[in-house]
Amino acid sequence: MTTVDRTMPEPVVAPSSAQQEPFLVVEDLTVQFPTHDGLVQAVTDLSYAVELGETLGIVGESGSGKSVSSMAVLGLHDAKRSRLEGSIRVAGQEIIGASKSTLRRLRGNDVAMIFQDPLTALHPFFTVGNQIVEAYRLHNQVSKKAAWNRAIEMLDLVGIPEPQRRVNDYLHQFSGGMRQRAMIAMALVNNPKLLIADEPTTALDVTVQAQILDLVQTMQKEFGSAVIIITHDLGVIAELADDVLVMYAGRAVEHGPTKEVLTHPEMPYTWGLLGSVADVVSDTSKPLIPIPGTPPSLLNPPSGCPFHPRCTYQDHVEGSRCVSELPLLRPGPRGESHLKRCHIKDPETLYQEELKEEIMG
Amino acid sequence: MIGYILRRLVSAVLVVIATSMIVFLLFTLGPSDPAQRLCSADRCTEERRALIHQSLGLDKPVVEQYLTWAKGVFVGRDVSYGPGFSVDCPAPCLGISYINKEPVFPTLMERFPATISIALGGFMYLIVGVIIGVLAARRRGTSTDRGLVASTLIISAIPYYLVALLAYLYLVLKWGIFSETSYVPLTEDPIGWAGALALPWLVLTVYFCVTYARFSRGSMIESLSEDYVRTARAMGVSESKVVAKHALRAAVVPVITIFGIDFATLLAGTVFTEAIFGINGIGRTALASITQGDLPIISATVLIGSVFIVIANLLVDIIYSFLDPRVRLS
Ligand SMILES: Nc1ncnc2c1ncn2[C@@H]1O[C@H](COP(=O)(O)OP(=O)(O)O)[C@@H](O)[C@H]1O
Ligand SMILES: [Mg+2]
Repeated sequence: MTTVDRTMPEPVVAPSSAQQEPFLVVEDLTVQFPTHDGLVQAVTDLSYAVELGETLGIVGESGSGKSVSSMAVLGLHDAKRSRLEGSIRVAGQEIIGASKSTLRRLRGNDVAMIFQDPLTALHPFFTVGNQIVEAYRLHNQVSKKAAWNRAIEMLDLVGIPEPQRRVNDYLHQFSGGMRQRAMIAMALVNNPKLLIADEPTTALDVTVQAQILDLVQTMQKEFGSAVIIITHDLGVIAELADDVLVMYAGRAVEHGPTKEVLTHPEMPYTWGLLGSVADVVSDTSKPLIPIPGTPPSLLNPPSGCPFHPRCTYQDHVEGSRCVSELPLLRPGPRGESHLKRCHIKDPETLYQEELKEEIMG
Repeated sequence: MIGYILRRLVSAVLVVIATSMIVFLLFTLGPSDPAQRLCSADRCTEERRALIHQSLGLDKPVVEQYLTWAKGVFVGRDVSYGPGFSVDCPAPCLGISYINKEPVFPTLMERFPATISIALGGFMYLIVGVIIGVLAARRRGTSTDRGLVASTLIISAIPYYLVALLAYLYLVLKWGIFSETSYVPLTEDPIGWAGALALPWLVLTVYFCVTYARFSRGSMIESLSEDYVRTARAMGVSESKVVAKHALRAAVVPVITIFGIDFATLLAGTVFTEAIFGINGIGRTALASITQGDLPIISATVLIGSVFIVIANLLVDIIYSFLDPRVRLS
């Protein structure tokens, strides 16, 4: 147990003079879990920022540290079972090492999260309404009656038919799409300024998926909040995100404006991701080429570039630098805003002249 | 929901009927001849014994005997053991004692309040066990937690009657911390009632709560790692409420189910408790009947015990359906 914080509660939102930086700033975030088998290096030196009204897409195969890094934003990692380094600031408020009461006031209020699988992420023994009411009353001093009205209003807003009746239903009485809508209703009940959606559509079929993504977008426009959308689907990124962050083995490997990254990718892992999904830019059909191999163990990350064991472009780098030297996340030839972590000298030419045809079909 | 309870009720009744048949069968096929028992030793001739045998209907087919017995449970009957020897056994008639020739059921009912009073200890060990389990789950990996797990292993390796005997020996006889136990009816003297039962309750609770502490600990650790608990934290619910409301609600369900299944253990514990602490309940009566070969009392006790186990399971099913809406609404 950490000691009880007896000082005055810190303001959750810093005075506006300090408000120069983006709403969410993550700087050199490292998250590690000591386990029986060794130290799991789930996230290493991750940095990004999200402004209000903007959407950041985080993409990567499963196990690349997407969930772990975003849970750190809410301070959800148990201090006894994890090691966190770096800095996470929400509206200027430092999250790492923040007191319990600070975190509590922030969670669900300034920052809310939509979890991947609503069937397990909502409580099976309480009604959907009950859970939304609880979330609302945690941050608003209102009567139960008012909170129930708010819950009904939220269910209506996210497109659940007959919200008056459904508010008294339990989770198992909802369909998959409706569960996710209910989860969104709960996340949005306090008008959060930052919404983190962790694979919100993975368990859903394509039509429902599109509806849910539409909903997230509409909500964002309405409230002007910052959104982080986590996915392993580049199609979702192409549709929703202003910026995209590609993660591999706990690190950022490519980061920049979505259109720029998707049309001029500079890192072989991103090429692989693009090749393995249906065409995200122009909707034509093409053969899907899966990335060979599997993501590395985070107990024992590979030397050098974490992607090197699966990378088929190492002959474009002199010597064995891919194996021996970790490439830095640095701007490529296309400008300061487009960062990549790769030793290949001229990835742009390589991609445009040799690979684009094959990858984009 | 109503349908669910009705289905459970029907199966509970079927279980009781099946148990009564098995008990009856064991009773009739048993090694000792009831007629022998009822035939007073000094004046017993072979002829007289045969007569008693016949009056009891023991020469009839087993099915017929069972039906006579079953009818007696609902409407009562006269149990005749030879010409001129007949006992009126009103419903629910579970037979007459071979020793004092009185109907079994009223005798057992007299002993009933004492047994129920002891069994109340069962709810205490359940509650105490869950509380300890929750605290251990929150401190898992610490020395408090390890101490608890170790002590549960040690305690569950010792037989209950030994613990009860030692407690009686030391706490009552040697150190006199507790006075001699006995049963004081609740209606006469509530404080005396609680005082007299304090030691049996304490021993039952201490002995059985560790098992439930271990169950609850495991169940709680599991539910604390559920996604919906993480969601509650992510919404800003305080840690104490996360534990006491979100996690506990899910964690008690399997614990209560086990309590229902394990109800027989509580009854067995009650029997030992009555015997060791000298409390005149059903269990002690049954134990005494075994040495005296008073079969009707034994079989009636088994039957009543089974009815209790069935009722306990029914209650657990109903509680379960209230706790888990997925059961209630499907
Ligand atoms: N509490 C934990 N203890 C140990 N390892 C963990 C823990 N949480 C996550 N990990 C590991 O961290 C890595 C990244 O996980 P995660 O962020 O969930 O990946 P994803 O990108 O699929 O969301 C995985 O290898 C996972 O096994
Ligand atoms: Mg994930």
